[in-house]
Amino acid sequence: MAGTTLVTARERALAVLGGDPDDATLRRYLHGIPGVDAVGLEQRAAALGTRSIKTSSKAWALDKIISLIDLTTLEGADTPGKVRSLVAKAMNPDPSDPSTPRVAAVCVYGDMVPYAVEALGAAHGDPDDGAISVAAVATAFPSGRSSLEIKLADTAEAVAAGADEIDMVIDRGAFLAGRYGLVFDQIAAVKEACRRPDGTSASLKVILETGELVTYDNVRRASWLSILAGGDFIKTSTGKVQPAATLPVTLLMLEVVRDWHRLTGHRVGVKPAGGIRSSKDAIKYLVTVAETVGEEWLVPHLFRFGASSLLNDVLLQRQKLATGHYSGADYVTID
Amino acid sequence: MSFLEYAPAPESRAILSLRDSYGLFIDGEFVAGRGTPFQTISPSSEERIAEIADANEQDVADAVAAARRAYDRVWSRMSGRDRGKYLFRIARLVQERARELAVAESLDNGKPIKESRDVDVPLVAAWFFYYAGWADKLDHAGLGADPRALGVAAQVIPWNFPLLMLAWKIAPALAAGNTVVLKPAETTPLTALLFAEILQQADLPPGVVNIVTGAGDTGAALVAHPDVDKVAFTGSTAVGRAIAKQIAGTHKKATLELGGKAANIVFDDAPVDQAIEGIVNGIFFNQGHVCCAGSRLLVQESIHDEVVDRLKSRLSTLRLGDPLDKNTDIGAINSREQLERIRTLSDIGEAEGAERWSVPCEMPENGFWFAPTIFTGVETSHRIAREEVFGPVLSVLSFRTPQEAIAKANNTPYGLSAGIWSDKGSRILAVADQLRAGVIWANTFNRFDPASPFGGFKESGYGREGGRHGLGAYLAPAAIGGRTAAPRAIERTDASAEASVAATKPKARARRAAAAKKGAAK
Repeated sequence: MAGTTLVTARERALAVLGGDPDDATLRRYLHGIPGVDAVGLEQRAAALGTRSIKTSSKAWALDKIISLIDLTTLEGADTPGKVRSLVAKAMNPDPSDPSTPRVAAVCVYGDMVPYAVEALGAAHGDPDDGAISVAAVATAFPSGRSSLEIKLADTAEAVAAGADEIDMVIDRGAFLAGRYGLVFDQIAAVKEACRRPDGTSASLKVILETGELVTYDNVRRASWLSILAGGDFIKTSTGKVQPAATLPVTLLMLEVVRDWHRLTGHRVGVKPAGGIRSSKDAIKYLVTVAETVGEEWLVPHLFRFGASSLLNDVLLQRQKLATGHYSGADYVTID
Repeated sequence: MSFLEYAPAPESRAILSLRDSYGLFIDGEFVAGRGTPFQTISPSSEERIAEIADANEQDVADAVAAARRAYDRVWSRMSGRDRGKYLFRIARLVQERARELAVAESLDNGKPIKESRDVDVPLVAAWFFYYAGWADKLDHAGLGADPRALGVAAQVIPWNFPLLMLAWKIAPALAAGNTVVLKPAETTPLTALLFAEILQQADLPPGVVNIVTGAGDTGAALVAHPDVDKVAFTGSTAVGRAIAKQIAGTHKKATLELGGKAANIVFDDAPVDQAIEGIVNGIFFNQGHVCCAGSRLLVQESIHDEVVDRLKSRLSTLRLGDPLDKNTDIGAINSREQLERIRTLSDIGEAEGAERWSVPCEMPENGFWFAPTIFTGVETSHRIAREEVFGPVLSVLSFRTPQEAIAKANNTPYGLSAGIWSDKGSRILAVADQLRAGVIWANTFNRFDPASPFGGFKESGYGREGGRHGLGAYLAPAAIGGRTAAPRAIERTDASAEASVAATKPKARARRAAAAKKGAAK
């Protein structure tokens, strides 16, 4: 999948902000957005979580969840072998049932991109067409504590190696210090580094690391900031900080995406990542997407789950729906 | 397929084992009524659920006599600690039978199962737990040492929260040491009768709680009965006014919880997404059959259009239909009569020049249904801005300054509740201070807790239910005393208290019932 071009993103931001994206302008804009009432937000998320998804709806939901997963391995111990194993699982999640959909993407560290691309072979491509993308975390993931030059080099290297999507982290320190202009510029620069020589561009997911932003007001502002700076996706977490994705945080980010669409007509994706392990939880996210931004958002270029263990739970539930009984951990492959 | 057309997820009715007909619950037993029995139907399908006895004046007199006997002989003599044990037992039984009660409530009332399951029934249990804790602490109820119960309480409750209103009435009455005759609403008697079964299960001494079913006549006979010491009523202002007149000049004390036309005020700095949820919850919760519903939306003019726009898109995601489906947001209107009233007032709103918008949704063929509706361009002089619709109909008005919002909010004969939405704490406090309403919610709406007193200003009634205030409504200071105050039992040690509750096990109960029947025969 292709990211939006930088030029339109910048023009759009200038039109919305009514001025250059410096600290003062951004501060005025971001602090003018209505606040978030934490109690009310959490109540709404809890209410969405009580939807009862049964039978045919559940079967649809389970397949949909699989097709929206970024199957992830982000370990210091990752090896080419581990990545090949992950890719095999992504292409054929349930060997006992060939009707099982493929996941949307595999998500790896930048240096593992060549192995993922190689292992995918012909299956490598746009998940909207049923192929599998390669997503790479970049920009000194997960802390983002590095110079811009290194972040850009990190990004460019992953794109050159064949990454279709870049999962960058924002500089939370700069954000919390109120240096919104700096965060904006870095996102925009990384976006530029996503460009390929042929003029196309890798899709950019901007990780807010909501567990470090702490307040919902911060999450909302960081979401707007990331979208204004040109992010194609806003993503909750690296998975390395607790809490990672939560339903209220995801709901809040979906509301921002919905409002951005109302304002500009432009659609931005949302990716909750980390901590979503059960089908039951994942279905709550689908419900939240469908009832907040609409069902049309449930496609790989607008919604993803960043997860690893979730896939096997969905496969178990899928087997249960087909056979009427629960199997067990040995009836799905470990990766 | 569309994911949002969630596959049906109906709550099973198998958990219910209803009788074909129900008698009156008097003196611990179900007895036949002397009036002509009536049918209770499910408002979502108009199917018959069960036949219900109708209590005439004589039946009411029997019930009051049973309550009097139970008060004189058992309940007023029992220690607070022991009364509390019964209330704790009732609370636990409500929790144990929660699913059954929720299904029965949704069936009989038409409210969505998610509300009866997640709001009504848990609050019922909470109310009994809360007042169970008060039963042995009446010295701290604010009336000085050793306050007295009033005696026999006549309680008449509405159809919008049948079991919850029962709990609001019965729990504090029993904790304070009163006995009760309760009349549930004609259209929703079912859960009160299931509750009577719970009382039998809890082995509550006969006559402490009596439940008489019937229509308005039954309620009128109950309120008029000379041996009643306290009247507690929740319902319309017209009936409340009639009751107040009827009991004026008698010894009867009264608490009246009547209508409302609450203002839900949204300032331009409100957390807008949560405010939208609050507006929806304020007026479409329980199909708007809520006396404290936020039926008048006062929104600051600068954000009026945006709020209305967002509200409409949010309303389009509401799911109207089978109350027993776990995904239903909007259930059925409780009765044909109420549906007619909602239709009439909505037509008047349109005729008066307000702009009507209803959620485009398919209505089930049978039953009583009304699509969530909002009126924009409503002026304070319109009837839909003044009269209580008691249905899923929201009137949207605008204001320019906090002063104007306060003036408009207070410009109503009612004063039950109000809501304020703002991110600015100082504004919330300043506005709340000037609103004449019994309950004021800030950045939320329609939240209830047993510890919080609930009640109205002006035509919304008087007296408070819930909290310490709600307890006080069933007590008199020691110096004044109940009319038939019996000597209070001396608080016993834990061990003997256990023994006393054990002594009310079936054998003793049968003995007492026999004695009571003998008494009645005389």
